[in-house]
Amino acid sequence: MGWAIALHGGAGDIPVSLAAERRKPREAALRHCLKVGVNALKAQKSPLDVVELVVRELENNPHYNAGRGSVLTREGTIEMEASIMDGNTKRCGAVSGLTTVVNPISLARLVMEKTPHIYLAFDGAERFAREQGIETVDSSHFITQENIERLKQAKEANRVQIDYTPPIQKDEKKETPTANGDSQLGTVGCVAVDSHGNLASATSTGGLVNKMVGRIGDTPIIGAGTYANNLCAVSATGKGEAIMRGTVARDVAALMEFKGLSLKEAAAYVVEECVPRGNVGLVAVSAKGEVTMAYNTTGMFRACATEDGHSEIAIWPSVQN
Amino acid sequence: MGGWAIAVHGGAGVDPNLPPHRQEEAKKLLTRCLNLGISALRSNHSAIDVVEQVVSELETDPLFNSGRGSALAANGTVEMEASIMDGNGRRCGAVSGLTTVKNPVSLARLVMDKSPHSYLAFSGAEDFARQQNEYFITEENVGMLKLAKEANTIVFDYRIPAVGSDTCSAVAESPFQMNGLPISVYAPETVGCVVVDSQGRCAAATSTGGLMNKMNGRIGDSPLIGAGTYACNLCGVSCTGEGEAIIRGTLAREVAAVMEYKGLGLQEAVDFVIKERLDEGFAGLIAVSNKGDVACGFNTTGMFRGCATEDGFME
Repeated sequence: MGWAIALHGGAGDIPVSLAAERRKPREAALRHCLKVGVNALKAQKSPLDVVELVVRELENNPHYNAGRGSVLTREGTIEMEASIMDGNTKRCGAVSGLTTVVNPISLARLVMEKTPHIYLAFDGAERFAREQGIETVDSSHFITQENIERLKQAKEANRVQIDYTPPIQKDEKKETPTANGDSQLGTVGCVAVDSHGNLASATSTGGLVNKMVGRIGDTPIIGAGTYANNLCAVSATGKGEAIMRGTVARDVAALMEFKGLSLKEAAAYVVEECVPRGNVGLVAVSAKGEVTMAYNTTGMFRACATEDGHSEIAIWPSVQN
Repeated sequence: MGGWAIAVHGGAGVDPNLPPHRQEEAKKLLTRCLNLGISALRSNHSAIDVVEQVVSELETDPLFNSGRGSALAANGTVEMEASIMDGNGRRCGAVSGLTTVKNPVSLARLVMDKSPHSYLAFSGAEDFARQQNEYFITEENVGMLKLAKEANTIVFDYRIPAVGSDTCSAVAESPFQMNGLPISVYAPETVGCVVVDSQGRCAAATSTGGLMNKMNGRIGDSPLIGAGTYACNLCGVSCTGEGEAIIRGTLAREVAAVMEYKGLGLQEAVDFVIKERLDEGFAGLIAVSNKGDVACGFNTTGMFRGCATEDGFME
């Protein structure tokens, strides 16, 4: 037993031909966030603090679909959502429909700690943010040129894009710098366990490109995108609608609890059996300090580390598979 | 075994101070809606159609806290939410933050059937409603006023008038608490319906106006798939009670999960979940299984409910 941490930046049809200039900054971000998380665990911070910290870092990074860098709704607006859960107490917090809050995950945490509720959304959530004095900025802060392009592409193709979709261009090898139908961003999330077996999970996103205004995905839904109890902590990514109906995060824990599966087995089962191919990825840690990162998509931006020195940063399946 | 079954609820956490005539009205309404569902089932309607129809009927009557009778949020507006799930394929639809839509459960169904998404909220949901069908929208001003008046009427009929203010006397008169709020806040409640049709397909739907005086923008368990509502090929579940307890316990999914992964029967699963998954929370639920069983469980003082099965059982 020892601490363990895993984080993701989204699962989807990430083309193996992904251009270096798009891949490198994202890998660097994963590396940086992993380090932040590992250092925090080494400094004995609680897993709840650690997951919030790591997700904040990912939210602040414009290359990932959360906080700054969030994808746009069909009206070109920002609507961010997030949730956080503490495995010990099963306390949780969730927010949706945020437009000005710099770190949605932190607002979710405040909902959990400062209100008798679990989930606040839209105007009510924004108002709460102001009451709490959490950092807010003009909505334009979150919008990146890449995402404006993505929305344009999606509208032209008249599609709602999941985290990662195949490029519109027939020639997959040719990657134009910005105009690419492939929404190469994803939800972000982090799970952590300390050496005492305390678990926590956090997930944050800007949602789907070209989504309807007011559309809520799996990310703020406890049991779908996020879940933690005293057995494990799970954060999922992919097609929100599929993750919701598959109650993905909860099911990993349920399989461990009711069917006695190991963390790895449970995660594999869920991504292989409970959700259609190409739709989901997840990271999970167990109370015993195990870690697993499973997905049924082409790839998933991910990173993990355990106390015994193992660490990994990857996008596609590792060669030894 | 086999055959259809249906159960309805009008909320858990019944205020013991609820006057008898209110209890009678509640029973009458539940019976009427139950009968509606039974006729539909006898006419071979699918489970998903039946749950929508029944919950829609419950929403239309101002007695329970959903649709027309919805509780008022802190700023005086109504915020309704609902979800529906078709066990056959596990498709689902949910809505939150509705203020003018007449039947939230029907809008949830439209989200499921007619949109690329599963969950729409607030202005986005209202816009979608407008696009779908004019019928949905009540005359905004008239509707709202009517809702407010009716909700107010219900409030002052039997609720401790001190909701939101003078907590001392509220506590003195009604020591029962749920989730830190006086129980009067919770009555009347969420409504729900679960059905298994003669082909063994399960469905579930839940609808609510939420807590009295809740923070605006607060979303409870009713629209959350896995928490307030869940249906798969094994069963259909609808919950009511402390939203927060239901969410953290992923209650509706839990019933299905113990059946699926532990092989428990319906009643066993329901009992297990109520006993083991609620910790200090209070809630109740109704469930049906694909085999035609019906079950309910609650750890609150009471739960308005009714159920019936094809073989003649009725309660």
